[in-house]
Amino acid sequence: MLHTNTTRGWGIVIGTTLILLLMSASLVYGYTNTTWIDAYLALFDPTTSNKHLIIRDVRLPRALIAAFVGACLGVSGAIMQSITRNPLSSPSILGINAGASFFVVVGVVFLSVQSLQSYMWLSFAGATFAFLLVFILSSTGREGLTPLKLTLAGSAITALFTSFTQGLLVLNETALDQVLFWLAGSVANRPLELLFHALPYIIVALLIVFFRAKELNVLSIGDDVAVGLGQRTAWIKFTFGTCAVVLAGSAVAVAGPIGFVGIIIPHLIRSLVGLDHRWILPYSALGGAALLLIADIGSRYVLMPQELPVGVMTALIGVPFFIFVARRKLGI
Amino acid sequence: MKIFNHLEFIRRPIYATILVFLVVITVMILSAGSGEFPLSPLNVVSALFGYGDGFNQTILIDFRLPRIVLALFVGMSLAVSGAILQGITKNPLASPDLIGVTAGASFAVVLFLTLFSDENNSLTVSIQWLPLFAFLGATITALVVFLLSWKNGIAPFRLLLIGIAVAAFMQAGTTIWILLGPIYQASQATIWTTGSIYGANWSQVSVLIPWAILLIAISLLLRRQMNILELGDDIATGVGSRVQRNRVLLLLVSTGLTGIAVAFAGGIGFVGLLAPHIARRIVGPKFQSMVLFSAGIGALLVLIADWIGRVAFAPIEVPAGVWTAAVGAPYFIFLLITQRKKGGA
Repeated sequence: MLHTNTTRGWGIVIGTTLILLLMSASLVYGYTNTTWIDAYLALFDPTTSNKHLIIRDVRLPRALIAAFVGACLGVSGAIMQSITRNPLSSPSILGINAGASFFVVVGVVFLSVQSLQSYMWLSFAGATFAFLLVFILSSTGREGLTPLKLTLAGSAITALFTSFTQGLLVLNETALDQVLFWLAGSVANRPLELLFHALPYIIVALLIVFFRAKELNVLSIGDDVAVGLGQRTAWIKFTFGTCAVVLAGSAVAVAGPIGFVGIIIPHLIRSLVGLDHRWILPYSALGGAALLLIADIGSRYVLMPQELPVGVMTALIGVPFFIFVARRKLGI
Repeated sequence: MKIFNHLEFIRRPIYATILVFLVVITVMILSAGSGEFPLSPLNVVSALFGYGDGFNQTILIDFRLPRIVLALFVGMSLAVSGAILQGITKNPLASPDLIGVTAGASFAVVLFLTLFSDENNSLTVSIQWLPLFAFLGATITALVVFLLSWKNGIAPFRLLLIGIAVAAFMQAGTTIWILLGPIYQASQATIWTTGSIYGANWSQVSVLIPWAILLIAISLLLRRQMNILELGDDIATGVGSRVQRNRVLLLLVSTGLTGIAVAFAGGIGFVGLLAPHIARRIVGPKFQSMVLFSAGIGALLVLIADWIGRVAFAPIEVPAGVWTAAVGAPYFIFLLITQRKKGGA
C-alpha cells in the first residue's frame, strides 16, 4: 500500500500523531466523566480535585503502559517471525510468556508472593530463563541452530511450562483466584514505577533493533545465502533474539501475558509497508501501541463499570479486522 | 540415536509401528494394574479373560478399563488429527489446538457450565450432555474457520492464520465468561480445558470407539492423496489430483478426530503437536509410514499422562493434560538435539 520511502516516512509521522491522540483519548474517556480540558489542566495545572487525581494517577500510567507494552509486543513479534522464518511465530512461541507465567505461579504457590513488583521480577526472570533454555537446546546437536529447531524447541518448552503452570493451578484453587486476572493480562492498576524499571531496557533494545534492522533482511533470504554473503547468522539471531526477549519479557513483566498482538501486528504491517525490516520494525511498534491503546479504552466500556482484561479486548477488536485483511491479501 | 543404529530393523516403519503398539499394550496392562488396589500384570490379564475373582474384575472392568481404553483412542485420534493438519499446512507449528477447534470446545463447555448451573453450583441438567456440547462447539468453530478461509478453495496458510484468529476470539469469549462467573466455575472450567478423562464410563467409550476407528480408517485410505498434497498445490494439480476436494475431506477428518477427542477428554494439549513430530523423527516424513506410528505415540502420551495423573498424587487426581507435555516434551527435545535430520521434520 505504501510504496515509496517518502510515503512510508510520512506514515511514521502520521502514526506517531495518532498514538499521541489515542493516549490523550485514554486520559479523557472512562467511567469518571472528564473533558479534554480536564485532562489538559490535570497535566499542566494540577489541583487535588478527584478528576485530576484520576487522570494523573490512574489513567496516565495506563496510557503510557499500554503504549509501551503494545510497541514492545509488536516489535518482538516481528523479530520472532523473522528469525524463526515462520509467520506463525510470536513471543509466546519461544516460551517467553509460558516461562513468565510459570515463574509467577510458582512464586504465588510456594513463596506466597503477592506484590506486583515481585510478579514483575519473577516474570522477567521466567521469560529470560525460558528463552535461554530454548536457545541452548536448539543450538545443541549436529545441525546447529536452524529456524526449524528454534521453533520446535520453543513450542516444546512452551508446552512444558504451560503444563506445569496448569498443574499447579489445578491443585491450588486459591492461587488460581489470585493470579487469574494477572494471567489474562492487563494494563490497568499497574503503578508507573513498574514501567520505569523496565524502560531503560526497552529503549536500548528498541534502538539496537531499529538501527540494525538491515541484518534481518539478510536473514530472510535464507541461512545458506546469508552465510555465503559473509553474515554471521547465529550471531544475528542471538542479538535479535535477545532484544526480542528483552522487549517481550518487559511487556509480560509489566502487563502480564497479552497474546495475539505479537502475532497479528507484524502481518498487518507487512501487508501495509512490504518486506523491508527497516520499515516493518518501527511500524510494528506504532501498530502494537495503537492496538493496545484502543483495546484498553474499549475495555472500559464493554461491561461498565466492570473492566475487561485488555488481552481479551485485543482479541475482540483485532480478530475481525485481521480476518478481513487475511481474506483480502494472501501475499503475506 | 545410537541404539537405533544397532537395531536397524526399527527404521522399517512396519516393525516400528508393531513395536510401538506392543509398548502401548504393555503400558495399558501396567496402568490397569496400578492404583489404590494394585493388581499384578498376570492378575490383570486373567481378569480380562474372565478368570480371577469378582472383586478384581469389578475394579478392572468397571473402573479402570473404560478410562484406559478412552485414553488409548483419544491419544490416537489427536495424533492422527495433528499429523494430517501438519501435512496439509506444511507448517510444523500446526496442531488441532492452534486452529481453534479446542478453543471452540472449551467455550461451549464454559457456556454449558454457566448456563445450566443454579446458585449452589450444581448442574440443572445431566453432565452426560457435556460431551455433546463440546463436540458441537468444536465442529461449529471448525466450520466457521473453513468458511472464513474459503476463497476459491482453502489455502493452507490462510486457514492457519484465520484459525489462530478465531481461536484467540473464542479464548477471549471463554475468559469473559470465566471472569463473570463464580470462582468455583472458573476452577471447573480450568480442569476441563486442561484435559482430563476422570470419570470415564463404558457408554462414553462405546460412542467414541466407532467414530475414532472410522475416521482413522478414512485417513489411512486417503494416504496417497495426503502424500500428493504434501508436494504442493502445483505438482498435485499437475499429476491430476483434485486438490481442493481432497484437502477439504482431510480437514474434515482431522477436525472430526479432534472434536470427538476433546468431547470426552477436554482440551488435552500438545499430543496433536508433539506426536507427529516424534514419529517423523523416528520413522521418517512419509505420511503412510508415520501416521499409524504417530497414533501409537499419541496413545502412549495420553496413557502415561493419565496413569501418572491417577497415581502420582493419589488421592488427588491431576488432569492428564498436565502430564502429556511433561512426558512428551522432554523426549521430543532429546530427539531434537541428538538426531540427525531425517527428511523434513
